[in-house]
Amino acid sequence: MLIIGCGSPERGDDAAGVHVAERLRTLGLNTRVCSGEASELMEAWDRVADVLVIDCVVTGAAAGTVHLWDAYSWLPIKRTGDSTHAFGLGEAVELTRALRRLPARLRIYGIEGQKFEIGSETSAEVLRGVEEVVSRIVAEVTAGP
Amino acid sequence: MSGRGTRTIKVDTLARVEGEGAIYIKMAGDRVSDVKLRIYEPPRMFEAFLRGRHFSEVPDITARICGICPIAYQMSAVHAIERALGINIDPAVRLLRRLFYCGEWIESHALHIYMLHAPDFLGYQDVIEMAKDHRDVVEKALRLKKIGNRIVQLLGGREIHPISAAVGGFHKTPAKEQLRELVGDLEWSLNASLEAVQWTSTLQFPDFEQDYEFVALRHPDEYPFCEGRLVSNHGLDIDAAEYEDRFAELHVKHSNALHSVIRGRGSYLVGPLARFNLNFEKLPDVARKAAINTGLRPPVKNLFRSIQVRAVELVFACAEALRIIAAYEPPSAPRVEAPNRTGVGQAITEAPRGILYHRYAVNENGLIVTAKIIPPTSQNQRRIEDDLREYAAHLAAWPLDEATWKCEQAVRCYDPCISCATHFLKVVIERE
Repeated sequence: MLIIGCGSPERGDDAAGVHVAERLRTLGLNTRVCSGEASELMEAWDRVADVLVIDCVVTGAAAGTVHLWDAYSWLPIKRTGDSTHAFGLGEAVELTRALRRLPARLRIYGIEGQKFEIGSETSAEVLRGVEEVVSRIVAEVTAGP
Repeated sequence: MSGRGTRTIKVDTLARVEGEGAIYIKMAGDRVSDVKLRIYEPPRMFEAFLRGRHFSEVPDITARICGICPIAYQMSAVHAIERALGINIDPAVRLLRRLFYCGEWIESHALHIYMLHAPDFLGYQDVIEMAKDHRDVVEKALRLKKIGNRIVQLLGGREIHPISAAVGGFHKTPAKEQLRELVGDLEWSLNASLEAVQWTSTLQFPDFEQDYEFVALRHPDEYPFCEGRLVSNHGLDIDAAEYEDRFAELHVKHSNALHSVIRGRGSYLVGPLARFNLNFEKLPDVARKAAINTGLRPPVKNLFRSIQVRAVELVFACAEALRIIAAYEPPSAPRVEAPNRTGVGQAITEAPRGILYHRYAVNENGLIVTAKIIPPTSQNQRRIEDDLREYAAHLAAWPLDEATWKCEQAVRCYDPCISCATHFLKVVIERE
């Protein structure tokens, strides 16, 4: 399984995915950090069978809320809007689908964010969401297929 | 239709433009009464973060301003600081920096030409719709971008927020063999770029020419990246150190971004059209001939033809990368020593979207006292408003939704990198 953490470390809650990837890397899991730009994501998951993406999202839920979506099911990520990246995760998923190259398994953890000012720290609520996602992924990996 | 009642259209997002912002266009009958482009500019905040930091940290920090053009921020930063410290870099390092920039231009131009701009000309809402009918085009764009990325990764140490660029050179420079591994891919890229020049020449362009003041670097021997004088088609010819004497930044009520103008004259255009028109004779033969063979010659005054010019610049970037790799001999040291020294330095380099100005004042401990960063989108902002004022008037008879879409397309020609901001650009046309 490839775990891709998206976001910018300098933009407050936007760093949620980066925090998760960095935590999991120290545990020896296969992780990668991406800015969230669409073509970069597509390159990262090209020819990978099982992919888990973690990104900060804005859906209106409380900060720190953890969502889990499957790219083969209903995906509530608008092409532009919910992710904090303009030409980002939503486009990457849909464009890869249009090219018929979607990984066999592609899931997305969304951590609800609220504050994106440059230079700001990730909020305590989002850091709790980060911990929850780390725990869930570790539990999944530990349990095995 | 030219409505006499009041109507407002809101477009949720201007997809395929990096960043956050809004465009507001107010029309009274056939007349455009107001245009406001509002963007948010993080570089201003980065200027504050940089104060008190050691100059050696600046390349890493500024690379984080923009996810699409980090090399541009690093290159303007290192050149400005080297000027402040009185450092001269090794000629091999200079070549490597040009190669670094080639990688960023290839990435950025490939993304813009095929994935952001082409859908506008081919009648698709976005690249996802386009991919269903033109899969080969999207595959080509992705492959080109990946090759640009390989260059950036090799020289930058990693793909995102590269860390190898340093004041005085690089932290680490590649071996000849590492660069030669790129040759096969770059030869493919060069051919793909030549096809792009041909392909973009077959597109239909709106009839919209403006009398721009084009502003770009000009170097005596080469198509510009990091060096040269700043020139224009209206007689500007200055060193980077004179930039703030000749250009001013104005506060406007509707945006927290400052509008750049040439003092006493007004708006100006930076980016591919400006570079092409002011440096056509410096393009390598392969790029210049490709342009000429498709009827593209300076002055190009139609902004919508920027997709063609980007394709020509893609040819240039691939050819230049191949030239540099063929000539490359590693420097004796990756970088020259950069001493703590009081000084002020300015530099301008050509980001994919146009000139990027940096100025730093450094104290005797090597700490940044002041920093100034003026990105290309900020410099084009007033020009975008001027263009929309003209272009929206041309569209007065169009249905509002189509006019809105056309205005979005016009803005996309600038490839505004508001990734230096974030998120979304909203377009609002109001007709009275």
